[in-house]
Amino acid sequence: MLIQALLLIAIVAVVILLGRSSKNVKHMAFRRLFLLAFAAAAVFAILFPHVLTQLAQLFGVGRGADLLLYALVVAFVGSLAMQSRRATELGRMITLNTRRLAILEAETELGLNSATRSPSAPVRPSPSAGA
Amino acid sequence: MPTTHAGRRRRADIWFVVPAYNEGTVIGDVIREVRAEGFPVVVVDDCSRDNSGAIARDAGAVVVRHATNLGQGAALQTGIEFALRRGATFLVTFDADGQHRIEDAIGMLDLAQHDGLGFVFGSRFLDDRTQTGTLKRLVLRFAAWFTRKSTGMELTDAHNGLRVIRADVARWVDLHQNRMAHATEIVRQLGRSRQRWAEYPVHVLYTDYSRGKGQSLWNSVNILVDLMFR
Repeated sequence: MLIQALLLIAIVAVVILLGRSSKNVKHMAFRRLFLLAFAAAAVFAILFPHVLTQLAQLFGVGRGADLLLYALVVAFVGSLAMQSRRATELGRMITLNTRRLAILEAETELGLNSATRSPSAPVRPSPSAGA
Repeated sequence: MPTTHAGRRRRADIWFVVPAYNEGTVIGDVIREVRAEGFPVVVVDDCSRDNSGAIARDAGAVVVRHATNLGQGAALQTGIEFALRRGATFLVTFDADGQHRIEDAIGMLDLAQHDGLGFVFGSRFLDDRTQTGTLKRLVLRFAAWFTRKSTGMELTDAHNGLRVIRADVARWVDLHQNRMAHATEIVRQLGRSRQRWAEYPVHVLYTDYSRGKGQSLWNSVNILVDLMFR
């Protein structure tokens, strides 16, 4: 069926696009494994819709499509949470960068530099972006 | 640097930290008033769209300018770090909109130095000089209650921008709440220093200007969400 072909192509595209490199090695590996499992399950569901329905009935859900919808809702909320965490991390980085820039700029304007800085001046170690 | 005894500090080492966002119409007078008492002032211009920064500089403040608008909490943190790098002995956080009185700040500094306190919070609810509307009063009382419950510190007014903090205690402050929820966060972080502290009755001057600029009550919903889902 045409819909099966279209969905399979979409899944391959998603795997290729999202599976590309990121910074944290462990996170990246985890994300890629999850993505592969997700893709495999999706391909399976497309090719054998009746198996999905049987699985749904095993869980007490009427149709395979309903089970898919529920799984999608869970995945969507999880993705929202991940994005929000990522946004917080990025916001923290922007804050730290903006602050460092503002302070250095003001000190330069005042004609201060590292040689004349007061000896008691604290240099706060930059906390890592994640919590 | 001696940190625990209650000796007098030079005013030149007591920094006023003033976060500012679009306060051009009033900030000049506020800065001049503080400078006239001999205190250095750092204004953190949170990427204002008006000329707040230039006015503050002309009035005698050191201006630190954020390249993007980050929020009052972030501006406060920037000002605190700048003042500590300048070797401040005490910090005074002070609003740019003219609602605080310099006499109150000096009174709080005297109290902190005389009693050897780590920090002093201004409170508008210790006497009845400050006129607040009923709804605003309720919201502020709720904020104070929430802060008491989440920090264990017996405060009457959590969202007052007038605070005196001794330098060694200010190092405990590392605000992650960029927006208004920092008011509770700073209480929690200062509380962790386990230093002695006090509240001090202050008179908050509500003018038409500060009322117009002040946070809308809707913002208290945002603050609550920020605090609960950090």
